[in-house]
Amino acid sequence: MRKILIANRAEIACRVIDSVQAAGFDAIAVHSDADAQSRFVSMADASVAIGGQTPAESYLDIDKIINAAKAADADAIHPGYGFLSENADFAKACADNNIKFIGPSSDAINLMGNKASAKDLMIKAGVPCVPGYQGTAQDNAHLIKEAKKIGAPIMVKAAAGGGGRGMRLVTDLAELPDALDSARAESTSAFSSDELILEKAIVDGRHIELQIAGDSHGNVIHLGERDCSAQRRHQKVIEECPSPFVTPALRAKMGEAAVNAAKAVNYEGVGTVEFLVDEKENFYFLEMNTRLQVEHPVTELVTDTDLVDWQLRIASGEPLPCEQSDIHFDGHAIEVRIYAEDPLNNFMPQTGKIHYFEPYDNVGVRIDHGLHSGCQITPYYDAMLAKLICWGKDREEARRRLIRALTQTRILGLTTNKSFLVDLLEQQTFVKGDTTTGFINEQLLEQLRAKNTDELIAVNAALIAHHSSHSAGSSGGWSNTEPMFIRDTLLIGGREVSVTSLATDIGFEVLVDGNEHLVQITHCESGTLIYNYNGVAKEAVFYLSDEETSIDFGKDNLNAKIMTYAPAASADGSGSGQIHASTEGLVVKVLVAEGEKVTKDQPLVIVEAMKMEHRHLADGDGEVIQVAVETGNQVKNRQLMVELKLTEVEDESA
Amino acid sequence: MSQLETRLDTNSEAYRENVEFMTNYVEKVRVVERNIRASEERYRERAEKKGKLLPRERLSHLLDRGAPFLELSSIAGLGMNGDKEGETAGGNLIVGIGYVKGRRVLAMVWNYAIKGGTITSVTTRKNLRLQEIAFSTRLPLVCLSESGGGNLAGGGDPDPWGVHGFLDGGRVYCQQAELSAAGIPQITVAHGNATAGGAYQVALSDYVVLVRDQTHLFLAGPPLLKAATGEEADHETLGGAVMHATVSQTGEYFAESDADGIRVARDILDQFPPDAATNLVPDQPVEQPLYPAEELRGIVSEDKRIPYDMREVIARVFDGSRFFEFEPVNDPHTVCGHAHIGGWRCGIITNNGPITPQGAKKASQFLQLCDQTNTPMIFLQNTTGFLVGVEAEQAGQVKHGSKMIQAVANFRPIKLTIIVGNAYGAGNYAMCSKSLKPEFVFSWPTARQAVMGGAQAAGVMRVIAEDRAKLTGQEIPQEQRDMMEKQGAAIIESMEHSSEAMHCSSRMMDDGIIDPADTREVLIFTLETCLETTHRGTEPNTFGVARF
Repeated sequence: MRKILIANRAEIACRVIDSVQAAGFDAIAVHSDADAQSRFVSMADASVAIGGQTPAESYLDIDKIINAAKAADADAIHPGYGFLSENADFAKACADNNIKFIGPSSDAINLMGNKASAKDLMIKAGVPCVPGYQGTAQDNAHLIKEAKKIGAPIMVKAAAGGGGRGMRLVTDLAELPDALDSARAESTSAFSSDELILEKAIVDGRHIELQIAGDSHGNVIHLGERDCSAQRRHQKVIEECPSPFVTPALRAKMGEAAVNAAKAVNYEGVGTVEFLVDEKENFYFLEMNTRLQVEHPVTELVTDTDLVDWQLRIASGEPLPCEQSDIHFDGHAIEVRIYAEDPLNNFMPQTGKIHYFEPYDNVGVRIDHGLHSGCQITPYYDAMLAKLICWGKDREEARRRLIRALTQTRILGLTTNKSFLVDLLEQQTFVKGDTTTGFINEQLLEQLRAKNTDELIAVNAALIAHHSSHSAGSSGGWSNTEPMFIRDTLLIGGREVSVTSLATDIGFEVLVDGNEHLVQITHCESGTLIYNYNGVAKEAVFYLSDEETSIDFGKDNLNAKIMTYAPAASADGSGSGQIHASTEGLVVKVLVAEGEKVTKDQPLVIVEAMKMEHRHLADGDGEVIQVAVETGNQVKNRQLMVELKLTEVEDESA
Repeated sequence: MSQLETRLDTNSEAYRENVEFMTNYVEKVRVVERNIRASEERYRERAEKKGKLLPRERLSHLLDRGAPFLELSSIAGLGMNGDKEGETAGGNLIVGIGYVKGRRVLAMVWNYAIKGGTITSVTTRKNLRLQEIAFSTRLPLVCLSESGGGNLAGGGDPDPWGVHGFLDGGRVYCQQAELSAAGIPQITVAHGNATAGGAYQVALSDYVVLVRDQTHLFLAGPPLLKAATGEEADHETLGGAVMHATVSQTGEYFAESDADGIRVARDILDQFPPDAATNLVPDQPVEQPLYPAEELRGIVSEDKRIPYDMREVIARVFDGSRFFEFEPVNDPHTVCGHAHIGGWRCGIITNNGPITPQGAKKASQFLQLCDQTNTPMIFLQNTTGFLVGVEAEQAGQVKHGSKMIQAVANFRPIKLTIIVGNAYGAGNYAMCSKSLKPEFVFSWPTARQAVMGGAQAAGVMRVIAEDRAKLTGQEIPQEQRDMMEKQGAAIIESMEHSSEAMHCSSRMMDDGIIDPADTREVLIFTLETCLETTHRGTEPNTFGVARF
């Protein structure tokens, strides 16, 4: 191997490029049109534009990737995670084109890619599996019979599934038929497969996964576990190594099971075996991921390894760099995923420009990211911005460092989930290490959502007032009479908020939702803001333009569009419902009859005048209550031709 | 230029008393301004129900965030037309000079929250004054209109809207037409009612922005229509935004709400050629005064008989506290000299006492010198009047006083006046009060404008009566003496009251009362407004822009 093409983007592309270059190889990037200015492209030694915007047009297009590899003379491809990383066809296409696929064989990918076949294989290999059904008989009657044998609660899963899609939890077997139908429908649309499996549901279990590595010489070892129990909607949010729940004895048992699982498919490469663990330390095989995991850095920090480097060695045919007995676990590492999403607004993904990005750097802090100040976050890909990983001598130190690193990593331009992550890390359940898959439940989300952001909004309003007063000149904001207040309409998290700021001798009196806040701005320069609120001076970084503000308060961040002078959305443009002739002329066609329902802009009457046809359109949705003209009529200018009873539209200004 | 040294002892009891007195007085003015705003605030619920912004909110929305705003005649109408503490003061109109999209403009916002924004004599006078400023400064005028038309109810005034007011109202429309012809654009957002006179105010504007479901612009609203002709029609049919946009074509732009209408007005201003007048470079770099502006509150004493040196005021208002005095050793009462303010050259004429014949000569000559070099003049008025007496009369007091009035009246450069303290008699005129047409005139709370002091006036009345008695050889009966005593007291009280700054300002004998600490800001703001005028291009035409 000489040149390695990275068939991925963003933080993982950067991460892989680092190790590829460190090992002395050349790194080739591929990028979509949307990613042309990305950090990973500039880090690579060469790059190939593969066009497109969406994943399907770019990073999922096997032909484009293979052609790029050939064009750049790459002799190996690292797929990263996601996209083509677990695509057996892609692994095969690489082999067919004499390009080394850095990952397991397409057979291993295939076997592990189907939950039913994987489970069968695991049962044969003696790996404990959740009691369930993964047979070929798929009719509801048979599945219900099998379900009764297993007993409630039951998890219905798409055999080809992943990421929580096609999954249904059934606590009462009476609900099973409906759950089967909907899971099947979802699976068919998402994975083009209607095959389902049934499993005993382990409620409030722990999601613990074992990192394994196997080489072409038949060696397989494990590098301990990662606890990924903190999940929201089956998506991992916090990952840590080691698990606060796993004892050395349990680790040894689970490690052995994981190694056996890998050996059963002659696994070559690094991979992950996921288990569900109940409170009595019973563990069950969930699935095997035949790729590098998003959360691999926690293992790297605790075992002092470079798993991408291992992948390169294994792909080169080298034996594993060490034996099982050489693997030691030192300290504790926790990772969180920083997403461009609004936790207070149903985790809505955010897109736009990152005006400023400043990662925090200190002992034990690692940040994997693909960002730079000024980069664009597009809607085409996953909204993950960065991974923040902290190592500590013990779990508490790692946790503390992570909270600090989160608050000190500054991101301006988009709302992020930083505050949500800090809130989670501060929950007593997490502090005590009692996290199960039921940790982030509706109740907790509700509690976190209930936070009052008025202080942040008040500071934002004061910032706008302060900044504009200063840019308006030396006598900024000055008036000879009672001071003028500044009024703005802000769009925050989809909600319009009116704020009023009044400059006084002791700071800005800001009204938010009728409540008064006093904000004193003591420093506001070069993107750094120091303000005093309730007697406490605090620091924040900010970005401000005529259209928007973005403030990173540390834990919290607030992004607002300034709507003060945004043109009003026309109140749907509906008119009076009375359609008058726009000119004197001849009615050549009447297109509607009384009683007919019409929609806005639907043609109603055509009048001919001066050799031109004039179409008269409905000025709103409604019903025709009168047609006052017929074909052949000569009409005068502004003569009433049609009358509509318009449908009442909801008053949006309320 | 030498710097003035202060003799003001800021640790003295007198200083503290002065500050307290002045601060209290400023607060009295603020209270009136706050009462006006409180009246608006009482309308909030109704306004919000209608989806409307309050008048001040409209103003704030119109103006650039944080940019300075000079409000004019904020307490006009105080105590008039049934007003008590200012609840209905302000003439139902907010006027001033501010910035929109970085451009200086004149703003006029109808305060519909007070008496429906109806028109009284005060409203008309404020409107006319703003138009006068439009002519002299060539600044575009933005009007956020919503008025119920003439005030038929009249408050407590027996004749608030008499026939004289009717003609004054006509003058507003005349001047609107003249402004249009002079190439000074007027933009009006028709936020609500615009009935009769209110309708012409809108329609005589060069640009009209209509607001959906809010604009109701007609000669006669539904009630008057029914009363006059028996015809029945609703507001929208008679004068709604849609009707005017599509049928009568009395408006050019269409908006969905108050805020949207104001946005459109701002966007219209954006279409005008860039204002070459903004960003003029001053004659020299700005130098702040040596002493803090707040100390201006501690100079004038409540007891107006206690004298003070106006140089203390100059030292706290003008650049670097520098003053180049003209004829410094001749006549100490009238003080003249050159200075800079905000980097701009200017002359100063002020008084440390009555105007003597010598002082009048000195001031007249200084005016002519400044006229020769086109140097703006700033009058800091503090005079009890022209000196009387045999010596003064024989020295030609009337002649020299007349000459000074003549010099002030015909002075061609910019004139700005601050009435600091006394402004009595013909001295009031000679020191360029409103009668002598300064571009702007503002008062300190300590200002007193009157033909003479109340005690003097009462004294004159007494002396005349005594003289008449002496002539007929009769003794003045005790009864009459008592009556004269009472009458004298009444004259004193009435004249003292009517010469008070707040009373004068409520009658628009100035452009407003300012906090002494704001003097420098107000002078720079108004001076620059005027200075820019010569650089402001306008395109006059003959008939104004007509709406066809």
